[in-house]
Amino acid sequence: MTDVKTLEDVFQAKVDAEQKIEPKDWMPDAYRKNLVRQISQHAHSEVVGMLPEGNWIGRAPSLRRKAILLAKVQDEAGHGLYLYSAVETLGTSREKTNDDLNSGKAKYSSIFNYPTLTWADIGAVGWLVDGAAIMNQVMLCRTSYGPYARAMVRICKEESFHQRQGYEIMGVLAKGTPEQREMAQDALNRWWWPSLMMFGPSDADSPHSAQSMKWKIKRQSNDELRQIFIDRTVQQAEVIGLTIPDPELKWNEETKHYDWGEIDWTEFNNVIAGNGPCNRERLAARNKAHSEGAWVRDAAMAYAAKKAKKKQAA
Amino acid sequence: MDQHQALLTYCLRRGDDNLILSHRLGEWCGHGPQLEEDIALTNRALDLIGQARNYLQYAAEVEGKGRTEDDLAFLRSERQFVNTMLVEQLNGDYAHTICRSFLYDAWHLPLQQALTKSADERIAAIAGKAVKEVSYHLRTSSEWMIRFGDGTEESHVRAQTALDALWTFTGDLFVQDDVDAILVKAGVVPDMAPIRSAFDKTVETVLAEATLERPVDGHMATGGRQGKHSEHLGYLLAEMQYLQRAHPGAQW
Amino acid sequence: MSENPNNWPLWEVFIQSKRGLDHKHVGSLHAADAQMAIENARDVYTRRQEGNSIWVVPASAISASNHDDGGMLFDPADDKTYRHPTFYQMPEGAKYI
Repeated sequence: MTDVKTLEDVFQAKVDAEQKIEPKDWMPDAYRKNLVRQISQHAHSEVVGMLPEGNWIGRAPSLRRKAILLAKVQDEAGHGLYLYSAVETLGTSREKTNDDLNSGKAKYSSIFNYPTLTWADIGAVGWLVDGAAIMNQVMLCRTSYGPYARAMVRICKEESFHQRQGYEIMGVLAKGTPEQREMAQDALNRWWWPSLMMFGPSDADSPHSAQSMKWKIKRQSNDELRQIFIDRTVQQAEVIGLTIPDPELKWNEETKHYDWGEIDWTEFNNVIAGNGPCNRERLAARNKAHSEGAWVRDAAMAYAAKKAKKKQAA
Repeated sequence: MDQHQALLTYCLRRGDDNLILSHRLGEWCGHGPQLEEDIALTNRALDLIGQARNYLQYAAEVEGKGRTEDDLAFLRSERQFVNTMLVEQLNGDYAHTICRSFLYDAWHLPLQQALTKSADERIAAIAGKAVKEVSYHLRTSSEWMIRFGDGTEESHVRAQTALDALWTFTGDLFVQDDVDAILVKAGVVPDMAPIRSAFDKTVETVLAEATLERPVDGHMATGGRQGKHSEHLGYLLAEMQYLQRAHPGAQW
Repeated sequence: MSENPNNWPLWEVFIQSKRGLDHKHVGSLHAADAQMAIENARDVYTRRQEGNSIWVVPASAISASNHDDGGMLFDPADDKTYRHPTFYQMPEGAKYI
């Protein structure tokens, strides 16, 4: 029998050689656990993320916007589904993963605990939140676990319109009436810092980062990705004439990057701890959908069983 | 009323039906009983909003007063909406939502099929595209009716309850007035009689397989085509139209 | 915690994107029966014109080779290059071969 040390060496060698790890391969328990945690957290974020955006489907201001928003929120459901499927390849069922979300045991991206107060928030979420998410997702297309990487490739293909539609909304508002302009700037003010927090704690304080990089689950550090996001977004804000709410933001000629202010990590930790503006509502909505859907799922299974029985008898 | 006016009203009716049902289905987005079903229901809502836009764009052109699809959707008031009363009914539980769609689809499919032969080329083209979408809608809503009816005891009761509650609104689907008379004569729209028999046949077949009972045709709630609705529509419009109303003339 | 027997089972989905091409594995989903699995696959995996035909297979019905057996299963084919047409040297000037 091969000992664990050898198996781990073989595994790490595969990872180092940029070979994808597939479901039936031997993998360290911690790698599996880490993946289940990260992928399911990611899946939950997609599904919970449907709520703040779905909040505006009924009030979208034009038929075109209504159709776009429906299609976008639907994509998030699809993305959640692809990711739950990837989790299932690691031996953890959808039900288990879903139960962990509903019981509050599993985490999802804290950003979705903020409310979408005005229509401009739909623009800000697409532009900033999806924009930040895409940075991570593009990186994850090269992640070491095959099913996760494949799900991410599909997701990235679909996501590309999400950020654009959000930016388009912001651009139109910024050019609109004084009220619309104010709405857009206010949304940017409220979503900017939480979007930066989406990249996670600074590398120095990130508990899972080093191991994840070694396993090539993550390919770029939180701080690296955050900086790229800031550099790109500042330019985009300039184009549509909105102001990033950071007085310390300044181009640094030496580093060729923007310098920027301090993230309020107390707020971040507070939202993670469950005290964001909408944590309770989001979980309540997911639990309600699940429990009120139980009879629907049961009916479908009961009918399928009856039909299978009839077919057998025939 | 002349044929031009009749055509405009007819396009508004088709547009409003699809728009209002799409809006209701959109309310489920993120709250469905299973992720797969959430996605399926949203596809249905997207088909319907597409059809609504086709009809409202045509209505705007027929009217010829420079109004757009959005003006028609967001700036007409309760009494000017001419959708059938069935589609504005509340989502209720999932059985209500499915049953409402099933009854609508059972009527909508033969109607759109007939409209593919419309003397009005634009309507024929819109219907030609819609038929494929609506065929799929009817198939899946029928399957769910059967699953519910012949599923568990609870689902059976819920489906029968929904059917009993919604049946009174099926009459409104078949109301015919001057608008229809003028357009039937011109070969633009079909007579309702064959649509009714197709509807009856679908309902009979599906309910039989679902072991559900067809409610008796008692009092039928009608009035939608004349802009006389249930109280639900006002709230729906208040939500849907809020931004356009609060910011007159703004672009989005 | 035991699994609820009323959970919809897992299906693997294969999509043919164009007539004449292979059906390719695209992912999985849950459905109560095969018909529903096909319809869910349509709604989940063909939203952007990816589809021409759909196969669904209960995930439990799929047997897979073990990746760790890859060496003995697949490496033996490596040195049998005579199975490939490029292995052979053709005289110059020979056509259509």
